Amino acid sequence: MVIKRFRDFLSGALLVTGREVREQFRDWRIIFPIVVLTLFFPVLMNYTANRLVNFVRQYDAPIIGERLIPFLLMVVGFFPMSISLVIALESFVGEKERLTIEPLLCTPLSDTQLYVGKLLASLTPPLLASYLGTTVYLIGVTHRVGWRADPLFLVQIFVLATMQALVMVSGSVVISSQTTSVRAANLLASFIIIPMALLLQAESGLMLWGRYEALWWVAVGLLIVAGLLIRAGLAQFRREELLEREMDTLNLRWIAQTFWRFFKGEGRSVWSWWRAEALASGRGALLPSALTILVLLLGAYVGVTQAKVFVLPAEYLQEFWNSGEIAKRLGGLQLLPTYSAGLVWFQNLRAILLASIGGFFTFGVLGMLVLLLPFTLIGYFAASLAQAGISPWVFLGAFILPHALLEVPAILLAGGAILRMGASFAAPARGQTVGEAWLKALAEWAKVMFGLVMPLLLGAALVEMLITPRLALWLISR
Amino acid sequence: MIETEDLSKAFNGFWAVIGITLRVEAGQVLAMLGPNGAGKTTTVRMLTTVLRPTRGTARVAGYDVLTHPEEVRSVVGVLTEGHGLYPNMSAEEYLDFFARAYRIPAPERKRRIEELLEFFGLVEARRRRVGRFSKGMRQKLALARALLHKPPVLLLDEPTSAMDPASARLVRDAILELRSNERAIIVCTHNLTEAEEIADQIAIINQGRIILCGSPQELKTAFREKARFRIRFAAALNGRGLSLVEGAELLESGEDWLIYQTSRPEKVNPLLIQFLSQQGWPIVSVEEQICSLEEVYLWAVEGGIKHGH
Repeated sequence: MVIKRFRDFLSGALLVTGREVREQFRDWRIIFPIVVLTLFFPVLMNYTANRLVNFVRQYDAPIIGERLIPFLLMVVGFFPMSISLVIALESFVGEKERLTIEPLLCTPLSDTQLYVGKLLASLTPPLLASYLGTTVYLIGVTHRVGWRADPLFLVQIFVLATMQALVMVSGSVVISSQTTSVRAANLLASFIIIPMALLLQAESGLMLWGRYEALWWVAVGLLIVAGLLIRAGLAQFRREELLEREMDTLNLRWIAQTFWRFFKGEGRSVWSWWRAEALASGRGALLPSALTILVLLLGAYVGVTQAKVFVLPAEYLQEFWNSGEIAKRLGGLQLLPTYSAGLVWFQNLRAILLASIGGFFTFGVLGMLVLLLPFTLIGYFAASLAQAGISPWVFLGAFILPHALLEVPAILLAGGAILRMGASFAAPARGQTVGEAWLKALAEWAKVMFGLVMPLLLGAALVEMLITPRLALWLISR
Repeated sequence: MIETEDLSKAFNGFWAVIGITLRVEAGQVLAMLGPNGAGKTTTVRMLTTVLRPTRGTARVAGYDVLTHPEEVRSVVGVLTEGHGLYPNMSAEEYLDFFARAYRIPAPERKRRIEELLEFFGLVEARRRRVGRFSKGMRQKLALARALLHKPPVLLLDEPTSAMDPASARLVRDAILELRSNERAIIVCTHNLTEAEEIADQIAIINQGRIILCGSPQELKTAFREKARFRIRFAAALNGRGLSLVEGAELLESGEDWLIYQTSRPEKVNPLLIQFLSQQGWPIVSVEEQICSLEEVYLWAVEGGIKHGH
């Protein structure tokens, strides 16, 4: 039964893929660059590699040549995939502009079949071109330069090329299914091109540095991003909305009204809003908050492990701890001499905002990384103190625990809200347009922030400035 | 076959369709008439599940458009406003692609494509790229696509637009031929003659609402409160004074004819004919002056009717 359903699903998706691929191969504007990039360009790169290897050999710097050949291999594999971006960007919106999308939408093919079919159609020809180009380059470089590739490295390069193509295509198809014109899709393509260009530079750096094992992590990261993009694209693709979107202009008034409607909810006064809306949103963020706990614990664990790698001198720590400097500062209630409660509050809010902005664009992932950082530092310092023979529990109890009682719940709630917002982009509620779903997610986040996180952080900042130093002084002087 | 109740659609607060309630039985053809932007295409798109109604319900061949969209799409044949043809495909490839999308089994698929290519006179052009087709040929191919899976419900948006008279005739004949006891058809058109020729019911739609709905005959008679009749005499009137019976109102007269109107023709007409005969006016013919659909349409759309009838 399941197999039959899967076969039916696949046949529908591949039907769309087959038609699109046939169409692409009848368009010389697609064929020409593919041929150039898979046949001519690798040959050119072979020539370049050969010349460069001979050149650097003269100066007894063979390592440059050794690093350059694999780097060019990656470049040769990447270039044909740039076409995938063009094809994917116009997959839905191009058909909409050419008025061919409606008959397709009227068929019994499901939304998922249409989406996956288009995705595969955008992915397959450029990826095959990339593999072909890489093979042509490899044959040439083996023949002319005598370079023998490590089989594992070859696998790595093919996996990396596949993941890059998957990310570019899945991102572009999301854009294509959510925009109203090819022009708008092209303008939004910078959201894919710029990160990919940065990634390519980072990959180049890793390759020239010889850190090939790090490329596996890049591939894993790309796979996760591609998975999230595909999930988000599928969740947000609704045929009912494809023909609805007629406007490219930003309707700020509608945005403001819709956001306010979601934010205000049933609230009639600040108190009733807090009880009915903020608390409910906080409750809704509890499950993702639990996930945040795991992430923060992981951060602390990473800090503990790094304390063994980047060891702080024990004698320095002992001297600092025992010299009375800390006690002196605490005595003057100046643990953080230039800080005030307001400034601590502002700093924490800024960090949460940064995490939220990062999380907004990355399904919550970057937000988690920002929140994880202080816990890594805490883990690192606690472990470093332990290594120096100082009780980490005194450090945690004196310097962290008092304000953490308020700050940690605030961070957990913020983390939960960020994750929830990210997840809602990947799976918006039915019956809502994508715009409404996004605004609702933003409103839910804002309710948790304004109603719960900000007051908790204010309390934490006051404790951090007024109570923590006193408690720490008492504990240390015992 | 097609039932809608209060079907409505809003785009960002603008109501494109408001409260459309329709019923088209199997064997019937409903023509939707209305100016550009009246809401005809939006209504069709809701019936094909391509747009989601903001309010109201619609059932197509027994399936609810909201709860069973895939089933609805499998029983509906649609001719969209644009042709929706892929220019780089041949006619045969194009029909084959959609036949597969409609899950028609392989042997039947081939036979059905042959039938439709032959029916629409596209056999010779079957391997030609669609991009090189004339407008009429494209429309025929699009219509063939809509009929591939022998759908019990046909929704045709402007089926004869941009067609030469002969091709339009062919399409109209095809629609009449497609009318069967097992099929309901909705045709959106600007062509009043076409609507009158093929439709059992006409719905005039304006600013998102159905403002007038009924058979062509009903619409024409509903247009005027009083029926008009033209009498032709065997002899010229030659300026002789002519009086009519009570209830008949003289509107116009010519050399040997006159036009009058009455709100009670079943009573007034026999009396008037008898009266005129007695007066020595030899009557050659009496015929009702039925107004044209165009008059009804213009009257309804240009402010004659504000709300649905």
